[in-house]
Amino acid sequence: MADTDQSGAAAPGENILVAEEVTKVFPGVVANDSVNVAIRRAEIHCLLGENGAGKTTLADILYGVYQPDEGRVLLEGEPLELNSPRDAIEAGIGMVHQHFELVPPMSVIENVVIGTQAKQWLDLTEARRRLEEFFADYDVEIDPDAEVGRLSVGEQQWVEIFKTLYFGVEILILDEPTAVLTPQGIDELFRILRRMRDEGLTIILITHKLKEVMDLSDRVTVLRRGKVVGTVDTADVDQRDLARMMVGREVLMQADKAASNVGEPVLEVEEIHLESDTGRGSLDGLSITVGSGEIVGVAGVSGNGQNALFDAVVGVRHPETGSIRITGQDTTESAPHRIATLGVASVPADRIAQGLMMDFSVKENLVLGNQRERQFSRAGILNRGQIDAFAAESIDTYEIKTPSASQITRTLSGGNLQKIIMARELSGQPQLIVAHQPTRGLDIAATEYVRRRLIQERDRGAGVLLMSEDLDEIFQLSDRIAVIYDGRIVAVTEPDATTLEQIGMHMAGASDTDRGSQ
Amino acid sequence: MEDFFTYSVILGIFVATFKIATPLLIAATGELVAESSGILNLSLEGTMTLGAFTGFLVANETGNLWLGLVGAAVGGGALGLLMAVMTATVKVNQIVAGLALNILGLGGAFFWYRSVYEEGGAVAFPTVDRFQTATVPLLSDIPAVGEVFFDQHWLTYFGVLMVPATFIFLNRTKYGLELRSIGHNPEACDMRGVGIISRQYTAVIYGGVMAGLGGAYLSLAGGNQFFDDIVAGRGWIALAIVIFGNWRASWILGGSLLFGFLEATQLSLQASGVDLPYQLLLALPFILTIVALVLNRSRSQVPLALTIPYHRGER
Repeated sequence: MADTDQSGAAAPGENILVAEEVTKVFPGVVANDSVNVAIRRAEIHCLLGENGAGKTTLADILYGVYQPDEGRVLLEGEPLELNSPRDAIEAGIGMVHQHFELVPPMSVIENVVIGTQAKQWLDLTEARRRLEEFFADYDVEIDPDAEVGRLSVGEQQWVEIFKTLYFGVEILILDEPTAVLTPQGIDELFRILRRMRDEGLTIILITHKLKEVMDLSDRVTVLRRGKVVGTVDTADVDQRDLARMMVGREVLMQADKAASNVGEPVLEVEEIHLESDTGRGSLDGLSITVGSGEIVGVAGVSGNGQNALFDAVVGVRHPETGSIRITGQDTTESAPHRIATLGVASVPADRIAQGLMMDFSVKENLVLGNQRERQFSRAGILNRGQIDAFAAESIDTYEIKTPSASQITRTLSGGNLQKIIMARELSGQPQLIVAHQPTRGLDIAATEYVRRRLIQERDRGAGVLLMSEDLDEIFQLSDRIAVIYDGRIVAVTEPDATTLEQIGMHMAGASDTDRGSQ
Repeated sequence: MEDFFTYSVILGIFVATFKIATPLLIAATGELVAESSGILNLSLEGTMTLGAFTGFLVANETGNLWLGLVGAAVGGGALGLLMAVMTATVKVNQIVAGLALNILGLGGAFFWYRSVYEEGGAVAFPTVDRFQTATVPLLSDIPAVGEVFFDQHWLTYFGVLMVPATFIFLNRTKYGLELRSIGHNPEACDMRGVGIISRQYTAVIYGGVMAGLGGAYLSLAGGNQFFDDIVAGRGWIALAIVIFGNWRASWILGGSLLFGFLEATQLSLQASGVDLPYQLLLALPFILTIVALVLNRSRSQVPLALTIPYHRGER
């Protein structure tokens, strides 16, 4: 919003923001390596890359969070010194981070005005007027006085976006904005972003989802391991080209899989009800069965009971009514430890909070939960020799990249964290595997690995309950697909007998309505 | 004259309630501001003690009580500055820093006192000509009410006025909003270009100044000398009152007055020789704090980032 007026003659299409030979090194990692990116005025420019490719670091440099070790940033041809986000905001650059930067106990309006007020006396009338205008303009219904912490994540994202636009920025950076949205929410967001672009806003969107790039962007810059692979016009490429640029090799978009050989049921969930008392969702008469040797994929928009189903099966929460049987035994009221001893492996969605002790060593995490087994301890004393041997073997088999088994877990990458969990959970040859979002946030190689392992376990004869928000994953891995909506399974089908669109409609809970713009 | 006796005792209790509440109010409203910025200053006890001493020292040396108050503010503010350096800049664990500075304040004040006033191994306990109550004309003539509300020390009026002032500052000004935001989510503020460190310095130094003034009440208004253990746990009580008050100015007033009332009752019961274990009354404010915390746990207004140091770029 600052002094951009004198150059106001700048036409759409010319470079507005340029990163020139930007290098940023963090201890042990070159996050950005001589990166060159040119953003044009009033375009939607995607920064595409896998996790750890350096997208967010680059954006944080453009927003003044980090200062580049080498290289510079140019705004309309002039070098721009960015020592803090304040400088970026004053230069007309705003950013919405993937992790929201909100103050949950405060109201929407208070969140919006933080850092914008000129006068010492707090005056919210002007902010309220503009906020209501904006929400009305874009058909967003949010009460300006609502406490932000009580809004849904989708609504919180709108607050974030408006908060940024309230500064009057000309360039808006969005870091993975669709991660928390429903398919409909994504359509809505994209529709509005296109409109904002047409009204002259320059938008930089960070993503690792090829479909989003194809749907939305005018141009895309692909990053891989901190380097720019190239910038292309979206119209000139297809998803396969982008995937190749992103990964650096041909990507198999399909996982090979033999026909399933379904045996006795290993998991029978009947009509369970679970009240939401912990913020982890509720179930309303959910039934599902998983047989040995099959993968049942549960598709659904986040927040429709996936967490509750996971909790109920592994025994963290107990349903009020209904029953759960695992390998034929009633586990409705069983404690998690007893359920685990029945041969149940669990891969939780939040691997950091629920799957691992980040400050423990790799080997400690590899036996976590199994420490009472005879193999690892005798009369309460840990058998370190056995643990070391098991850890060495696991690190080898699962290709866990760690300097040593004694390494603190926190320092490992997301893919390696997930491999630790997989190694631990699959070590006892489980009969049932409950996997929730097992590949979220992983790079393509780690994703392929995890998927391959799940298929191997199924071929060995384990039953797999796979909950995922990634529909491609559901279609690739599942022998049967169940759709979860509002705490119930609303449809069960086989991948060959359905389409992505049909599953999407069930996920939206409205099988008879059209999905509009899709 | 049994009736008159009861009346005067009760009146005395109410008058004393405000006197006892004064240092708590001043220190607790200051601590509320500091904690709103996300910094828990556990050194209140030591800061009040140092303020009580520096206030006394300046007043005794210059013969001017008002300069004494300035001395107390400087003493408390200096300790607050140290706290801010350690927590906002160096990012030492706030509990450790607070406890360390608490000991520094307590020990430093008494060491300084002895090095100034000790001669030949004996301390000549000096006294100052302490503040008299400031009587509000006319209003103080109202029976009972006048005596309780309008015949108190300046510092008492100041302490009570700080309650609405703190509320308005935190909730109705830009700076207050920014402080509270920092206390809940410093990263959000950093990303909005709101400077964190300068605001935390301001808040913590302000808290130190107020604790110093609270301490000075004890040596310049409530009493007329400095001695070891002059603060006698009031710093800790002020900290508890902030929690009891659920980080709200109005409840801090309630908490301070409640404590003052219980303490005053307890004292006059002891004085009149009533056979009731005063320890029970002493414990009451703490028991009530625990009860209030249990009842309030889901709606707590505690700053979400309290005691968590902020480093840019750590998610």
